[in-house]
Amino acid sequence: MITAHGVNKRFGYRLVLEGVNLDVRSGELVALLGPNGAGKTTLLRILASLIRPTLGEVKVAGFRLPLQAELARAQVGFLGHHPMFYEDLSAVQNLAFYAGLYGMTRPEARIKQLLKLFDLLSRSNEQVRTFSRGMQQRLALARTVLHRPKVLLLDEPHSNLDREAVATLDELLRGLARKGTAILLATHNLGHAQRLAHRVEMLAAGHLAESWGRGKLASKQFVPMYDRALRRAQRGIIHG
Amino acid sequence: MAPVVRPPKPRLLRLLDFTAAALLIAATWMVFFYAPSAQAEAGGETQRIFYFHVSAGWVGMAAFITAALAGLIYLIRPNTKWDVFSVAAVEIGLVYSFINIATGSIWARPVWNTWWTWDPRLVTATVMELTFLAYLLLRQSIESPERRARFGAIYALLGSLTVPLTYLSIRIWRTIHPVVIGSGDPTAKGTFDMEPQMLHTLLFSLLAFTIFGITLLWHRVRLGWLADKVEQARMKAMRS
Amino acid sequence: MAKFRTYLTVVTQIVRKDLAVEWRSRQLLASMLVFALLVILIFNFALELDARARSELSSGVLWATFAFAGTLGLNRSMAIEKDGQAMDGLLLAPVDRSAIYFGKVIGNLLYMLIVALFTLPVYGVLYNVNLFNGGLFLVILLGAWGYSATGTLLAAMAMQARSREVLLPVLLFPLLIPVLVSAVRTSSFFLEGLESVYIWPNLNLLLAYAVIMPALGYMFFDFIVEE
Repeated sequence: MITAHGVNKRFGYRLVLEGVNLDVRSGELVALLGPNGAGKTTLLRILASLIRPTLGEVKVAGFRLPLQAELARAQVGFLGHHPMFYEDLSAVQNLAFYAGLYGMTRPEARIKQLLKLFDLLSRSNEQVRTFSRGMQQRLALARTVLHRPKVLLLDEPHSNLDREAVATLDELLRGLARKGTAILLATHNLGHAQRLAHRVEMLAAGHLAESWGRGKLASKQFVPMYDRALRRAQRGIIHG
Repeated sequence: MAPVVRPPKPRLLRLLDFTAAALLIAATWMVFFYAPSAQAEAGGETQRIFYFHVSAGWVGMAAFITAALAGLIYLIRPNTKWDVFSVAAVEIGLVYSFINIATGSIWARPVWNTWWTWDPRLVTATVMELTFLAYLLLRQSIESPERRARFGAIYALLGSLTVPLTYLSIRIWRTIHPVVIGSGDPTAKGTFDMEPQMLHTLLFSLLAFTIFGITLLWHRVRLGWLADKVEQARMKAMRS
Repeated sequence: MAKFRTYLTVVTQIVRKDLAVEWRSRQLLASMLVFALLVILIFNFALELDARARSELSSGVLWATFAFAGTLGLNRSMAIEKDGQAMDGLLLAPVDRSAIYFGKVIGNLLYMLIVALFTLPVYGVLYNVNLFNGGLFLVILLGAWGYSATGTLLAAMAMQARSREVLLPVLLFPLLIPVLVSAVRTSSFFLEGLESVYIWPNLNLLLAYAVIMPALGYMFFDFIVEE
């Protein structure tokens, strides 16, 4: 569902991503782990067709980017760092707007369903301006899955969420993966990765340095293993 | 510390420097000694500025068109070299167009008894100058080098396309600008009959200004490329 | 055909959304209307318009007013998308990016028309000039469309730059000269009731501009919003 091959991204003279090869299949939940500044956000944005790669090939939901980006976008749900809402409008109005953008004809039921899932039903008609950060994040998640995309690209989706919301999100993601959605989740928190992911890819200083499967993730040794790998990767790059 | 190396000036450029200087000196001689005086109504001796006035005007416009074309090429094939070329052409164009406006003003004083009028060509020349000054301001306000190049290219294209429209829109009014070449109102003050020697002088001045312009352009482009290389080297040094 | 329908839907969605946002906050229109009034007032003092001069200068004053008030709309229209990065949301829509462009252009056009709707009667009353003229309305429509097409494109650029509110007028006004000149001339001719032979040249230019600028916007908008 998501394929990246030899992806490079350069901003001015800064090389932010180099030689990234990534593969996420239908029904897989892959966590993209890495320290801040590693390039996770950039990679996700490239996959969401918001940024053009300097080099490399990208295919999402069977469509090549950037040539068939429009078609790919219909199948993608993207959650970024920013809420992307119109603060003067209500939760329902915002969701209805996005539903319209994705060509959904009668979204009222779906909107209600999602607002209920994320415990925002009581605040449906209030301006997003009045929402707390956690509520905005929940609304953003609702917007991300609104059009039932086959691919989810999530950048730190757990941020600002309380325990209950985290549980709701985890259950939602597991359910979606079971139904065949391909999910790529970027985070710097190992706990989230261990709980949810089938596989973890580590991104450090623009390179995908290591990869771990379900078995390693479940083990108690994972955290120290990860730390060692991260130090190795960063050292390797400094002496590049 | 690495030794400082000064990249040698290409031989052709050296030759061009010399040629341009020689041509300018020759043109100046022609303007003052070869070309006959014009009638008093056309300004008498002041009319001699006409040769440089028109030459500067043509080269300025050509420079802006070159900048727009270079911008277009940049949009199709994003290579910094085209962007450097585009900026250089704009800067040259601004200088030449300014000379055009200033010399026109100097000539206008004795002929029309005013430093300025609102006739189509003057206004269009001024608008064109302002447009490309805005171009420089635009570039200055953008931090990302790629965006700067892209936006610059687009604005240069927009600017070049609106200038002829500007001219047309104002031309509906009657012009008092002396039309020496081409049709126009023969009763416009300042018109004079062009004797063959004047034509020679004009063409030669045009040649001199064009060669001089190309020389300046080359120098400026070279400066830009070298600055670019320095920036690249600096970035590399910072990373290691 | 379905693709075109999606495109049209996105354009309409954006226009409706902008109107909805404006309805909720009512910030923009109020500012534009007050600004327009102030400009007219300033012109009154600056130009000392006597009764005879007024009918000749009306077009000029009106268009200067529209030109300045218009920048408020352009700035705000893009600023809405900049806050909270809502622009990303638009860029994720499964449609050609030019749909965003046209959505914004139409929105800005509507703002300008509303300002005109308000300004014309007020001006007419204050200066005792009859501005109820079909030709004038046509010119305002064409002129506002050309203005909006150019302005939206440039506002998208300015939004990503430093000192954006100052930069937009600097970028915009040189490119608007053809529209402003033609609009003022054609408006005066309509108001004075001149024969069509005088009106056509400038009207044609307005039409040309109204076609060329949106076409350029269509081509270049993607380059401006992508990274």
